[in-house]
Amino acid sequence: MKELSLNILDIAQNSIHAEASFVQILLTETDESLKLEIRDDGRGMSEEFLSRVTDPFSTTRTTRKVGLGLPLLKLAAEQTGGYMQITSRERALYPDTHGTEVTAFFYKNHLDFTPLGDVISTVVSLVQGSPEVDFLFMHEMPDRTVEIDTRMLREVLGDDVPLSDPEVLMWIRGSMTEQYGGGE
Amino acid sequence: MKSLEELKAIRERMQNKVILREGSAEKRIVVGMATCGIAAGARPVLNTFVEEIANRGLTGKVEVGQTGCIGMCRYEPIVEVFEGDQRVTYIFVDPAKAKEIVEKHIVGGQPIVEYTIGAAQK
Repeated sequence: MKELSLNILDIAQNSIHAEASFVQILLTETDESLKLEIRDDGRGMSEEFLSRVTDPFSTTRTTRKVGLGLPLLKLAAEQTGGYMQITSRERALYPDTHGTEVTAFFYKNHLDFTPLGDVISTVVSLVQGSPEVDFLFMHEMPDRTVEIDTRMLREVLGDDVPLSDPEVLMWIRGSMTEQYGGGE
Repeated sequence: MKSLEELKAIRERMQNKVILREGSAEKRIVVGMATCGIAAGARPVLNTFVEEIANRGLTGKVEVGQTGCIGMCRYEPIVEVFEGDQRVTYIFVDPAKAKEIVEKHIVGGQPIVEYTIGAAQK
């Protein structure tokens, strides 16, 4: 992947396939490092599946929805000297707290660090494709924090307007661009 | 921060358009957004379609959707256009081709044969 934001889009799709109703994308950035956390309340994975989920060759057709996404993110993190870890609680065993958390840690100054890229387009694409799912995106940087919470948008828009409406998507794009300090 | 008032205004404008929006779409554009599609450049293609459809006032008449891997990863980004029982499959789509597909196929009604999978497999 050319940008980490594309890995984020890809991994967040796993959460959507796992029937999550709320997906959190959290970025914590310092001058030296970037931590990415993707948390969902989806159906989770069994311990057995979790143990082989980052091995691209053990993925079978029935589980192909995971596929190459996690191995690619793991590679992107490890090639900077960082790491990726996954925790998951299966719905059958954890009816109230099921879900999955993917954490990836990157050293930004490493030669092989993949730039974050256009996270705004990633958020817009996720909301466009899954307007029924709620997303919290938060990017903490040394000098500012960018945040979008679709639960809040939903409250204002009511039931009349789907979050995938182009005007809403443009509002999200505009709001994030402003928060990142970009011009209108 | 971009104001919530603007969001409220969107809601008010939409309330007047609800009846129109509930009619089923005439055409549906589906972009492959699995790992293979994303890695090949599907994200800007998707966003180009969303913007073009909105800018041309086609929201409600034309739906833009996303799908997973359809097993032809080497041809990604793949875009399918559905109209009635007709399906046209475009391959190696980029934002420029996406604009052209909206103009010629979605608006003009003429599929762009040279961008389809049929043309590539000849």
